[in-house]
Amino acid sequence: MSLIESQDTLLGIEPFIEPANRIYPKKINGQFRRIKWSIQFFTLGIYYLLPFVRWDRGLNAPSQAVLVDLSHRRFYFFFIEIWPQEFYYATGLLILAALVLFLMNAVAGRIWCGYMCPQTVWTDFFMTTERWIEGDSRERLNLDTGPWRLDKARKKIAKHLIWFLIAWWTGGAWVLYFADAPTLVHSLATLQAGSGEAYLWILILTFTTYVFAGVMREKLCLHACPWPRIQAALTDEYALNVTYRYDRGEPRMSLKQASALRAQNLSAGDCVDCGQCVAVCPTGIDIRKGSQLGCIQCGLCIDACDAIMAKIRRPIRLIGYDTDINVQHRQCGATETYKLFRPRTIIYLALILAIGGFMTLSLATRRDAHVSILHDRNPLAVRLKDGGTRNAYTARLSNMRNTPRTFTLEVTGASNLHIDVIGEDKKIDGKILIEIGPDQTRETRILLATPPESEHKEQTPITFSLTDPDTNQTISVKDSFIWP
Amino acid sequence: MSDKKNEKAKVRIDAHSGMPTTGHEWDGIEELNTPLPRWWVWTFWLTVLWAIAYTIAYPAWPTLSGGTHGLFGWNSRSQLTQEITQLQVTRAPIFAKLKNASLEEIEANPDLLSAARMVGAAAFANNCAACHGTGGGGSKGYANLNDDDWIWGGHLNEIRTTIEHGARWEADKATHSSSMPAFGRDGLLTPDQISTLADHVRTFAELPDAVAPTAEGLKLYDDNCAACHGIEGKGNTELGAPNLTDAIWLYGSDKPTIISRIKNGGGGVMPAWNEKLDETTIKALSIYVHSLGGGQ
Repeated sequence: MSLIESQDTLLGIEPFIEPANRIYPKKINGQFRRIKWSIQFFTLGIYYLLPFVRWDRGLNAPSQAVLVDLSHRRFYFFFIEIWPQEFYYATGLLILAALVLFLMNAVAGRIWCGYMCPQTVWTDFFMTTERWIEGDSRERLNLDTGPWRLDKARKKIAKHLIWFLIAWWTGGAWVLYFADAPTLVHSLATLQAGSGEAYLWILILTFTTYVFAGVMREKLCLHACPWPRIQAALTDEYALNVTYRYDRGEPRMSLKQASALRAQNLSAGDCVDCGQCVAVCPTGIDIRKGSQLGCIQCGLCIDACDAIMAKIRRPIRLIGYDTDINVQHRQCGATETYKLFRPRTIIYLALILAIGGFMTLSLATRRDAHVSILHDRNPLAVRLKDGGTRNAYTARLSNMRNTPRTFTLEVTGASNLHIDVIGEDKKIDGKILIEIGPDQTRETRILLATPPESEHKEQTPITFSLTDPDTNQTISVKDSFIWP
Repeated sequence: MSDKKNEKAKVRIDAHSGMPTTGHEWDGIEELNTPLPRWWVWTFWLTVLWAIAYTIAYPAWPTLSGGTHGLFGWNSRSQLTQEITQLQVTRAPIFAKLKNASLEEIEANPDLLSAARMVGAAAFANNCAACHGTGGGGSKGYANLNDDDWIWGGHLNEIRTTIEHGARWEADKATHSSSMPAFGRDGLLTPDQISTLADHVRTFAELPDAVAPTAEGLKLYDDNCAACHGIEGKGNTELGAPNLTDAIWLYGSDKPTIISRIKNGGGGVMPAWNEKLDETTIKALSIYVHSLGGGQ
């Protein structure tokens, strides 16, 4: 009842809107906080600095290690260059990412959410800034509920200004992945960045970073992110999760009561109900209610509880990474068990290895030239004056190296084929020579003609072969020759 | 408001789910209250505001005489004009090159050839495909532009002339104007003579079911047809007289079709495109048609 009474009267539909529930997580130091710090430095460092890493690819290609070159339709990642038709590598990478996420979850719960998700990393970054300017939990609460004074205004302005700068820097770093970073930084700084597209994207990313990390925070995990819903369906009793060991913690009681009970050799719960696990939680949940959607498993409650346990001289890890099955086992006195290899993890691992292996193999053995042939659809076949037949094809030939190359084009499969390429009249040994510039694609029209034949088949399979005479590497594509 | 008070009194925490109810109850079934997230409500009102602002900023509201123009004065037609202008600016350098180069120069230069084929393909789809088919495959009475048989000539300049001035297009003085007489309709030949002549014409291409040539047929051919189609039936592209000896027949090679052609005469009509298309586009079209495969 009290919950409903306290709801405010926004727009007169009071009970149907959540009450304002800003949370003020308390600062905590400890093992998991240190892990979070190091991952945060590492991931943010990669994000902000990666565009400036150089990678020499010779004269005809950009020298940025990681670059999404949209206008030239190329994606560069260190020694890998992906063309648009090879986008399946990106698809494969996304599938791998999903499987790794599932595996992480099967082994140790929401590691992604707690330590690596950009939403967590940036929210943590913003919260740190907030704490630095406005102070810890209680000071922030007092500041927010207190009257507007000069000091409050000063702190709020400073906080939002720094938030804005971080957000702006984040948006700024994002666009650097899409153009030569040093050049773009220079042109952005001198307000000469072309069409304004870069400015627009910086603006959008600044806005989203500011809103997501500064205002929305845990709301995004609670209401917008699909992963908590999927994760709940993928976990099992053998997965390590941030767990309140209620077998040890309950019943909750004061330290005094507990010592009294223990003095009489009676069992007593270790939880003193100090509420520190709730106070430090960045999503404002109570871990003691069990695993739940709002828990991103960042481990900060472990740090908080350990600090208290150390103070009251009880064993630490009343909250810790534990499995549901072990909590149950301990409750009924059975021995603890831990299964890393179970069908779930083995299947994920096997899929990851299979897909990863397949991708590595196909990447290592992929050709640096590409042929695609499109048979004319209308007309399929052309009757010639002398009764012969001609078919026409549109060929897209790609040289995926950074040097110009001359290929020979050959068609096999049908006898007496006469090959002609519009605009190409250089030939060697009856094969047509086609020159393609560095990192380029050429579209040509290929004409194949046969002399009149008494016996016409409906169609004959033929093969187009593009050969690099220097390396003898041949790429073949099958198509067909059709009679009228 | 007393109703509301009553409702509030009924609001309680549901024992099973631990959730508050809305106080709404139907035959003992109560509605649980899952309150909307506050940010969601704010976002909803923001979208409402956005929608209102949008209808002010852009053309939206109908009025008796048309509609509001919006604060920005945007409309799709001016955007289209702007985009076309932008496209023309982007294409200007290559268009200038196409304009200044001769057809032969364009064919010899891979970049110009590829540009001309692209421009030509677009112009073909817009202007020519209706009769000649999307791939220039033609149909009965409309020439197949992929083959090596040309009614008005298959050299680059001949193709260009045909596109520029059309065929039997009376509005253009320079059009290909020659036409086949209607031998039957105008009483120049009797039906029997036409039948004999048709048999004779079918011997040129050595059609599988052609009858043996006769002296009467030869005489009729020499008297009436050879002037344009030639003694050997090889045709004449100057006059648009098709070659009768090859495997390609514009209307068909069966006897009734040939009889009908001799009887009614005439020929296909093609518009003069210089009325509608600019010089560069016509050049690009010529290159495109020439590169379909049959160009000479």
